[in-house]
Amino acid sequence: MSALLELQNVSVAIGSAQLLDGVSLKLERGQTLGLVGESGSGKSLTAMAAMGLLPLIGGRVSAGSVRFDGQDLASLTDPQRRALRGRRIGFVTQNPMTALDPVQRIGAQIDVVSRLHLGLTKQAARARTLDLLTQLRIPEAAAVTEAWPHQLSGGMKQRIVIAMALAGDPELIVADEPTTALDVTVQAQIIQILAALVREKGVALLLITHDMGVVAQICDRVAVLYAGRLAEEGAVAPIFSAPQHPYTKALITCIPQEGMARGTLRGIPGAVPSARQYPSGCRFHPRCAKATAECAQQTPPLIPRGDGQAACLHLPEPAQ
Amino acid sequence: MTAPMLQIEALTKRFQTGGGFLKRPRAMLAVRDVSLTIAKGEVVGVVGESGCGKSTLARLVLRLLEPTSGRVLMDGTDLTHLHPSALRAARKRMAMVFQDPYSSLDPRFSVTDVLTEPFTVQRRPLPPGQIAEMLTAVGLPPEMATSHPHQLSGGQRQRVGIARALALRPEFVVLDEPTASLDVSIQAQIIDLLAGLRDQMGLTYLFISHDLGLVRYFCDRIVVMYLGAVVEVLPTAHAKPRHPYTRALIDSGFAPDPTRRRAIAPLSGEIPSPFDLPPGCAFAGRCPRASDRCRTERPVLDATTHPTACFHPL
Amino acid sequence: MTLPAPLRALRRPAGAPAGLWLILVILAAIAAPLLTPYAYDIQNLKSAWQPPSASHWLGTDEFGRDLLTRLIYGARTSLSVSSIAITISVLCGMTLGAAAAWFGGWFDRAVTTVVDLTWSFPEILIALILVAIIGPGTTGTMVAISVAYLAQFTRLTRAQIMTLKGETFIEAAASLGAGNGHILFRHLLPNALAPVLVSAMLATGDAIILEATLGFFGLGAQPPVPSWGGMMSAGSALVFKAPWIIIFPGLAVAITVVAINLYGDALIAELDIRARIRRAV
Repeated sequence: MSALLELQNVSVAIGSAQLLDGVSLKLERGQTLGLVGESGSGKSLTAMAAMGLLPLIGGRVSAGSVRFDGQDLASLTDPQRRALRGRRIGFVTQNPMTALDPVQRIGAQIDVVSRLHLGLTKQAARARTLDLLTQLRIPEAAAVTEAWPHQLSGGMKQRIVIAMALAGDPELIVADEPTTALDVTVQAQIIQILAALVREKGVALLLITHDMGVVAQICDRVAVLYAGRLAEEGAVAPIFSAPQHPYTKALITCIPQEGMARGTLRGIPGAVPSARQYPSGCRFHPRCAKATAECAQQTPPLIPRGDGQAACLHLPEPAQ
Repeated sequence: MTAPMLQIEALTKRFQTGGGFLKRPRAMLAVRDVSLTIAKGEVVGVVGESGCGKSTLARLVLRLLEPTSGRVLMDGTDLTHLHPSALRAARKRMAMVFQDPYSSLDPRFSVTDVLTEPFTVQRRPLPPGQIAEMLTAVGLPPEMATSHPHQLSGGQRQRVGIARALALRPEFVVLDEPTASLDVSIQAQIIDLLAGLRDQMGLTYLFISHDLGLVRYFCDRIVVMYLGAVVEVLPTAHAKPRHPYTRALIDSGFAPDPTRRRAIAPLSGEIPSPFDLPPGCAFAGRCPRASDRCRTERPVLDATTHPTACFHPL
Repeated sequence: MTLPAPLRALRRPAGAPAGLWLILVILAAIAAPLLTPYAYDIQNLKSAWQPPSASHWLGTDEFGRDLLTRLIYGARTSLSVSSIAITISVLCGMTLGAAAAWFGGWFDRAVTTVVDLTWSFPEILIALILVAIIGPGTTGTMVAISVAYLAQFTRLTRAQIMTLKGETFIEAAASLGAGNGHILFRHLLPNALAPVLVSAMLATGDAIILEATLGFFGLGAQPPVPSWGGMMSAGSALVFKAPWIIIFPGLAVAITVVAINLYGDALIAELDIRARIRRAV
């Protein structure tokens, strides 16, 4: 059986700027794939490409293909792609404060998704909405459906956004930094809800995050992006125990951890380059401790490692 | 024990929302009866979630806001009742680094203008070569002096903000979530820089953050706030928490280690509105250990070496 | 090296012709005595109502005066009256708006109430009432126009300062020990300036129309001093017999106002302040 979502060598351009360069990803049903990297690394663009939403921001897939359940998104018509989103692909945005329509009651906003995509009647849609809210552990679901968005807290709004994403009974959920706008203790709740969905409903989750901690906690696989290219991709456990790419390693070690002595936290020097000034060769070389003269000239190819792949000229020897 | 640099005594700030037509004004205690002593050279962390009053506390300490009651003493001088001209002079000794590096620099100012401002304001001559020296100290190339904020990255702006705060060689610096709007990779750079500057200049820091992991890494002592009040003061960064809320905060962090996965979220529910607080412990509604007493009576910090405001500490 | 915004606006597609037209009109108004072949007030009834010809490019009016000459002198009146009036209006409005935002309290409430009250009347009504009180003429027109637009600049400045007051860099300056004067004159006013100046420029376009309207009613510059509005008024009686008398000043007003708006839009785009102006007004 083919993967639910598969990106093959996808490049994305907006105008003349090439922002994503040859990204390949695979996501199976019942799996969570973490997409990590600093701001400006191309995480959100990858998600937009996966949902066929690039035209919204004036972008296009300039090379490669995006396949959902074996179907090339490029071969679909616009209405077909729209039917896919909401029905088979649910989207959870970064900012729950602006994701809801302020002049519609909560219940109506969720109902419309299942009425549109599943063809349910008004009553059936409401029953489904109540069921979803209960599943998301929202107390007094019936009262919440009658509430207006401004009456709810941030964490509650994010749960509503998740309920909307689930209303069409999707096979894939794309979540773009779903917790950055929330408080620490609420973040933990939301992440646990998403993890439970994968576990219990068997949906696939594409989770975009900048937090390697979240990846370690709930993802099966992780793809690390840097400056529009894939740096490393593979199963979570081996990547954390033995990161192959220096960038992956740096991302893990810049999180302060329990028992770390002061002065041992190391950031990554410099900043992510903008798309107009990508360095030659390996795009990470100006910030890399391991960089040699070669790195500035040669673009490192993706080399298979374990069950994943990494792109660096100085990869450690594969473990025997 | 070294001499206290800063003494905060029963500081309280009450905010009132402007009532209007058919609307009664409502009051909330953003900071409620907070006392704290900070020794010279210490790094004290204040941690809590949104609405806990940590940023208000930061502004009260520097008297950017007027407290409703209580006082702040710096080296024995009462800042809260200082005359404006004396307060201006006192500002040379204290400084603040702000959270948002995008709005903390005037868009019309060049980096040189930003770094000259502390000297202009305090009517001090700008020593020759000072700008370049300050930029080097925060790890920026001196050529950046002519740049404008929009030409800099977030990390670079924050470095300029730090250079501005340290321009007049203050002794006490409040860091208000200085890395909250930066990438983790850049956050680590900035924390590294702040630690280095503290060692070089013998600074005392009050570090405000929502990230307990970061605070535990960077600070000597940690004040945990919940809805305006201090619920616990951890005497060392790695002391075992006694308050259930601190425990929950620690458990909410995501360890970057797939071999240590957690199954359940530590807390249900969310922070109640500061406008209508329950009569007892503010945390009672979310606390797994709460009893009837917690819901009716408000616990106060106990007088131990590890002060905790809880009837059922861990 | 980047050019200043007013020059960059000249390189935009709509900004270029608009800006060039404005420069042309301003230069013509300044150099009027050098450019015009006739005097604006010499009457020659023998050559009255002549259509455009080689000796009178735009024709002559009912007193036989050269229309081109009067149009150029009229530009002088229209531009100077409206721009001086708007300048006065901006200066007063900025002071008032900044003071209201800065001091707050009862002063702010008083200013806001008065401003909102005048805001609810059309500019032309306010101007007419004032001219009725002061009496017709250039001075009266100037005062009337500047008062009519005062509310707009007061509101805009106040809104700008209120927004800027919440910016962190203001708090940062305060944390360094900066006093009120430093914060107001080094941070708040310079940052509020660009949107106010641009909207002043756009208002100048409206002011030209207002000036022409007052002139049309005979309340503006008094004869024989030419003004575009006055010329149109004279021509209105003879729309069918000598249409050029009303058409050319009308075109001058229309093209100039459109040019100001187009150039103003280009400037707004260059300064990237569209959101700030819209939010305030």
